Amino acid sequence: MEPLVNASGLRCERDARALFSGLDLALEPGEILELRGPNGAGKSTLLRILAGLYPDYEGELSVAPFTYLGHKPGINPRLCVADNLIYLARLAGTADIEQIASTLERVGLAGFEPLGCDALSAGQLRRVALAGLLLRPRPLWLLDEPFTALDEAGIALVEALLGAHARGGGAAICATHQSLSSVPARTLTL
Amino acid sequence: MSPFATQLRRDLRALLRAPGDIVNPLAFFLLVIALFPMGVGPDPALLSGLAPGVVWILALLATLLGVEAMYQQDHGDGSLEQLVLEARPLYLAVLGKALAHWLLTGLPLIAVAPLAALMLSLPVAQLGDLLLALMLGTPTLALLAGIGAALTLGANRGGLLIALLILPLYVPVLIFGAAASQSGGFGGSPAFPLLILCALLAASVTLAPFAIAAALRIAVEH
Repeated sequence: MEPLVNASGLRCERDARALFSGLDLALEPGEILELRGPNGAGKSTLLRILAGLYPDYEGELSVAPFTYLGHKPGINPRLCVADNLIYLARLAGTADIEQIASTLERVGLAGFEPLGCDALSAGQLRRVALAGLLLRPRPLWLLDEPFTALDEAGIALVEALLGAHARGGGAAICATHQSLSSVPARTLTL
Repeated sequence: MSPFATQLRRDLRALLRAPGDIVNPLAFFLLVIALFPMGVGPDPALLSGLAPGVVWILALLATLLGVEAMYQQDHGDGSLEQLVLEARPLYLAVLGKALAHWLLTGLPLIAVAPLAALMLSLPVAQLGDLLLALMLGTPTLALLAGIGAALTLGANRGGLLIALLILPLYVPVLIFGAAASQSGGFGGSPAFPLLILCALLAASVTLAPFAIAAALRIAVEH
């Protein structure tokens, strides 16, 4: 099977300091990779390189179609939950608008469609972003600290979503400071 | 749905939720125009000579007012990252964004322009040419303002920087826009400046989205 991520000899310098060099990375379908490391180790930068959001690196890289979820949720606070999700799904060309209600139910926000996103808490915004992730069915997830601002139920939810994604033949790379407890995952420490 | 229609719909909705971004530039436009008769005196002959130039200069400034907020918001909440990653092609999405901005800031400006012309004693016979010139010129202004806003994302005090970057680019639109609205400019016929405005619009619709898209990529790639 083709690996979903194939990187060899990745090297990245930031502010004249090598974040990593000679990094090899291959991710098969069904695998979940935890990116660990202290603050500033380059976890986010590596994810951004994989997502094509940080061009300043050396090495070979091929990445399957992915959805990237960064520090910022990518949700416009002026729009309601449904408008944000419709927009994301249509932009990605995977417009399955019918699924919005059931997806919101999966992330614990059933019935939140008409609410303005400026009325949501940080954790709820994260959950809306997770719904946006689920609405775009892609083999690879690149998640930068997906547990930020989430409560215990939210953390369990992310782990359950990751597990289901891996069982369905997807793969994910998670930058996190909190180890995944209920899903089998490989760890890469930067 | 194409990225163009998707982005247009989304930005129209987002802008309508923030009426201040629409109303403030309009209020600025009308207020400053109302100051002119008080500053230079109420002589109709003097005012009507100044009118096209004054309306155009204020239209330039008004288009600069709202555009920063639009891109800053998307940059701040992470929407811009998703836009750059997901929109294929980004060009069309950016064009949709610019059209949404123009529909809710440029078009209302044209709607209140007759009132501005009245305050400046512009002869009614010239009003049609002024409105036509604004119709052709303000979309170009909105697109150029988009370039400035995208380039200054992440910069402190972006607003002033946008003005410094973009106002020189506005000069051709100002010259031909004001000429089209003035009697006797370019041999008395407004056709020539209006055609130039058409050409500028065609060039900016085709080229400006490339520049905006490139600037947005730079803004999110760090």
